[in-house]
Amino acid sequence: MLLAIVLIPLLAFVAILAGAPAKRTAMLASAANLLIAIYSTISWNQDFWNFSVPVLAKPAIHLAFGFQDGMSVVMVLLATLVTLAAVMTGDTPPGRERLWYGSSLLISAGAIGAFAATDLFFFYAFHELALIPTFLMIGMFGRGNRKTIAWTITIYLGLGSVVLLAGLVWLANLTGSFDIPTMIENAAMVDAAQQKSIAALLIVGFGSLVSLFPFHSWAAPAYASAPAPISMLHAGVLKKFGLYGLIRIALPLVPEGMHSWLNVLLVLLLGNILWVGWLAIAQKRLDYLLGTSSVMHMGYIFLAIAALVAVPGNDLAKPAAVLLMFAHGVSIALLFCLADQIENATGTLDLEEMGGLAKSAPKLAFLFGIATMASIGLPGLANFAGEVLVFLSAFRDYDPTSGLGPVQIACILSIWGVVISAVYGLRAFRRIFQGPTVKSTDTAPDASLCDRLPAILLTVTLFVIGLYPNLLLSLLR
Amino acid sequence: MPAYYLEALTLTLGFVLLLAEAFVPTKGKSWVGIAAAVGIFGLIGLCFLAVGPDSKPDAAWASWPLWNFYQFDTLARFYKIFALVSTGLVILLALDYRKILSRFTDHPGSENGTGEYYPLCLIACAGMMFLASAKDLAGAFVALELVTVTFYILVAFMRRNVGSLEAGVKYLILGALSTGFLVYGIAWVYGSTGTMSLQGIAEALPAVHNKTSLLFGIALVLVGLCFKIGAVPMQVWIPDVYQGAPTPTTAFLSVGSKAAGFILLIRFLDPFLASELTRAPVLTILSALCIATLLFGNLAAIPQTNFKRLLAYSSIAHAGFLLLALAAGGSETETSLGSVNAVSFYLATYLVMTLGVFFILAQVRIQRDGEAISDFDGLGKTDPLSATALTVLLAALAGVPLTAGFIGKFFAFSLAVEAGLWLPIGVAFIAAAAGFYYYLNVVRAMWWNQPNGRSDIDLPAITTVCLGSLTALALILGVWPQPVLELLK
Repeated sequence: MLLAIVLIPLLAFVAILAGAPAKRTAMLASAANLLIAIYSTISWNQDFWNFSVPVLAKPAIHLAFGFQDGMSVVMVLLATLVTLAAVMTGDTPPGRERLWYGSSLLISAGAIGAFAATDLFFFYAFHELALIPTFLMIGMFGRGNRKTIAWTITIYLGLGSVVLLAGLVWLANLTGSFDIPTMIENAAMVDAAQQKSIAALLIVGFGSLVSLFPFHSWAAPAYASAPAPISMLHAGVLKKFGLYGLIRIALPLVPEGMHSWLNVLLVLLLGNILWVGWLAIAQKRLDYLLGTSSVMHMGYIFLAIAALVAVPGNDLAKPAAVLLMFAHGVSIALLFCLADQIENATGTLDLEEMGGLAKSAPKLAFLFGIATMASIGLPGLANFAGEVLVFLSAFRDYDPTSGLGPVQIACILSIWGVVISAVYGLRAFRRIFQGPTVKSTDTAPDASLCDRLPAILLTVTLFVIGLYPNLLLSLLR
Repeated sequence: MPAYYLEALTLTLGFVLLLAEAFVPTKGKSWVGIAAAVGIFGLIGLCFLAVGPDSKPDAAWASWPLWNFYQFDTLARFYKIFALVSTGLVILLALDYRKILSRFTDHPGSENGTGEYYPLCLIACAGMMFLASAKDLAGAFVALELVTVTFYILVAFMRRNVGSLEAGVKYLILGALSTGFLVYGIAWVYGSTGTMSLQGIAEALPAVHNKTSLLFGIALVLVGLCFKIGAVPMQVWIPDVYQGAPTPTTAFLSVGSKAAGFILLIRFLDPFLASELTRAPVLTILSALCIATLLFGNLAAIPQTNFKRLLAYSSIAHAGFLLLALAAGGSETETSLGSVNAVSFYLATYLVMTLGVFFILAQVRIQRDGEAISDFDGLGKTDPLSATALTVLLAALAGVPLTAGFIGKFFAFSLAVEAGLWLPIGVAFIAAAAGFYYYLNVVRAMWWNQPNGRSDIDLPAITTVCLGSLTALALILGVWPQPVLELLK
């Protein structure tokens, strides 16, 4: 059954290449996938989801999909949800519909495949599959200096993937298997010295894919340049692969190795939250602002991972990380979707050239306001639930008599990130929507219902999960 | 059917077509190529019917002395099929390329001078097939020379084209030099062991007293073979010859000739890797060659602007990855594939990817009249399907997962990790990263640049079918490699 969810976008891609109507096929496939993913949330631990065929005898590699735990379910749900929103967003360049929708479907298939794979080989391979169309789309349809930006992220993520591959192959070699559950069972076969080196490779490899400070410089220009659906899919879904990988592979397999890098990790994640957050305040364009903010918010999820490294039995940290991954994925996709509509309406994304858009486009302003609130982490929206849990998880098993440990100090500093988010988020909202209207916003049309649909889909999700996070948390316990 | 019929039939087909081409007065010569291709695909079927003396010890032919020079096992069958498939595809490529061939041969503009091309490919193929079965250094040498001498002609085939002639001269001189190394090395090995039969060498090794002279001989033979497989230190001819030779010949050199070199290398190294006396030094030499080849091939490929020349460096780079698998010296076990199978699989994927790329390169050469990377500008806009195919093939060459190329590299790396070759692995990682850069450079030109008035590419029927199937294979083998490995069982 999980095979279907990976195959549907791939088959739709082939159908589009063969001449099927691009937009309709893409939407149909994504909607079908979302329905299957929703159904999976109630039945994920049943056997019919699993799928496995051997593709290679020596070493034994299987094309295998299955939900290893609730984390995979949530990630697949996120991927299908954002895909549906992404294929409904954006104006296709005339005559290039097939490439446009085909690429989105390929990225979606790659991300879903990576989250659903239970074999290390395909876990890695599907992620790479998603990267290629990302590069091509930015290079073809990007804004600004598209070729340089696309080439930069190709090299950056390509190198990150190679480092990651080295760590993964090393792990598979030591544990003697490519089946992830079997590898975790054999985790004891990785000795302490090897753990440290492998953990370093995995942190750098996965870290550059998630834009961990200081490997983050590719992200903001890439998201600013990419067409809206690609930014939504990459920032919302594909980037989470690195975090998912750290939780799925690095934590159970090299716990001691991760622990020896704990303090480094804490410094790096503070770099994400405070330094990159500081950079976000200084941005003058909305697309760069969103790209930078997306890098910054990765810091919180790394904080949850650090909490899990520091206290191995931390039962709060993993649900917190996954919930925040979901919430961030939905909210950043929503923001990129709305940014695209703002650009269509006003013809610019420069914060200095806008103002008063709320007068001519009140519906857009309302949606963008909610998305900004979500991103800042206001209660009632999904990000709040995730961030609160992350902060709580950092204090799990905390003994007040022994003083603050490094994780707690990092957590306290991270909370300042919420203030930073508020500063740049509210400032952007004010610059764009409030104040006197200017030439670009004077006659700007409001978003049509068709444009608003993907945004409404994502906004409703943010509210539902924000008000009742147990919907997802019950999967993660 | 005794296995040597395969070589005999291939040669017969070649000679019959050569004579027919000379005496049948037709204007076009494409029928020669079509006949050759049909014959080749028939021979591929016959490979599965061929048997060696072990399976039929009672037959009259089973006691022939030929079997002292010739063996038939799964590896031999695999490489015979390999030679036939690559020759068949090269002939098909040459059929669509004959417009250019005819421009630079006798009576420019008519096809008169192109007819010999196809039978020559068959003759080279017979040599490669014999190499796959070699079990004696003398026999192997003769077969190798059959391949090399035929290639002298194939490289310089466009005799009114200065580039092709220059390539021919360079190939001739360096080929002769490498032959010298090879023969001299064989002489030293013979002097140390007293035999030229590989099995005899294996038996004689424990009694060898003078290890230095034996190792000297082995090193010389390796240098000679590096010429065939395109590895350092005999790689200097590759860029110039690849660039100057007619495109089908380049494709044949980079796939068929390289595979023939590797099977001979595998056969030659077999006794030395089995013996404690020589195993460690031989593996060290291989590691050193591997590092040098990886560095040279990949780093020199980065600044290239001519696509055909880039493919030449890519061919050196892949030789480096193949040497990595060989240098690991892994034998087949329950969980591991073994170096020989890994190399064979890698070569099979390399055939699929490289020949696919050459099919498009040939059409771009014909229709856009150039082979530079900039001649691929905007191909994604003018011909999305062929650009998609080329993207898949280049991604496979770079080793992107879910393509055949990744699995090949993956085997090589796994074996090297098992053998603990950390320095070569480090170099290979850098090399793989560089590979991403220079292959995706072409992808970038196709999709990101504007065509700037460059013409559309119409793929002829043969190219369309071959390209489609090779691209599909590059993807299928990336997800399901087992069928090729079954051929090696």
